[in-house]
Amino acid sequence: MKLDPAIRDQVLSTVPSLRAFAISLCGHVDRADDLVQETLLRALAHIDSFEPGTNMPAWLFTILRNLFRSEYRKRRREVEDAEGRYAETLKSHPEQTGRVEFNEFRGALAKLPSDQREALILVGASGFSYEEAAAICGCAVGTIKSRVNRARTRLADLLSIDNVDDFGPDRATRAVLTGTGRS
Amino acid sequence: MKPGKPVNVEPSAPDAETPQARDAMGRPTHRKSEVRLGREVQARIGQQLRALYDEVVKEGVPQHIADLVRRLSEQDDPAA
Repeated sequence: MKLDPAIRDQVLSTVPSLRAFAISLCGHVDRADDLVQETLLRALAHIDSFEPGTNMPAWLFTILRNLFRSEYRKRRREVEDAEGRYAETLKSHPEQTGRVEFNEFRGALAKLPSDQREALILVGASGFSYEEAAAICGCAVGTIKSRVNRARTRLADLLSIDNVDDFGPDRATRAVLTGTGRS
Repeated sequence: MKPGKPVNVEPSAPDAETPQARDAMGRPTHRKSEVRLGREVQARIGQQLRALYDEVVKEGVPQHIADLVRRLSEQDDPAA
């Protein structure tokens, strides 16, 4: 049985957003692409369980998140190390990935608890409704709402610290310092 | 309180206009600017979050992933 081309195209058109979500979970492009590949293998092997006409992005995001979570439980320490290295890379090469402000934001995002970051990204960047995000994460809608709120509040706290001297002469230095210390 | 009318106050009297008003933790309070800043920061959070995300989205589908999906979708049994 060959895959319906319409379904295949729905899968393909979800891939860019799926990758962005995977990178936000892993903090690492190569691992994220592995995770996306694994997700697609799993999804296409079980394509019969997808009901045509339902939400393809939500279905794929759910599979990816579950794969990441099960892997994360197995390799918790390794993942934390990877996140630490990722943060270090950002701190030591602020010019590498663009504007300083962008790196400040990435750094602040990296400081959020993973469940808050995930909820914020699903709702604030992927464009899912609170209900869809709750279904993807397997939790109550109210839980997603409170995670998103806490994530926004925490980010606002972290970022407004830097507003104090937003146009100061050594913002890069400051970003490095605020990235290392507790705030 | 009657606005616009100059009043004499004791030097030690609490004054809402005092720039060094402190909260319970002894931190200076600037309520109005905090609310405004909050909104600005919130807007910035939304913007930067989407910008960061869209940077990746704009990369589209990497070739090896496109190939994988096409290959799997042409197979009789995608699981094989």
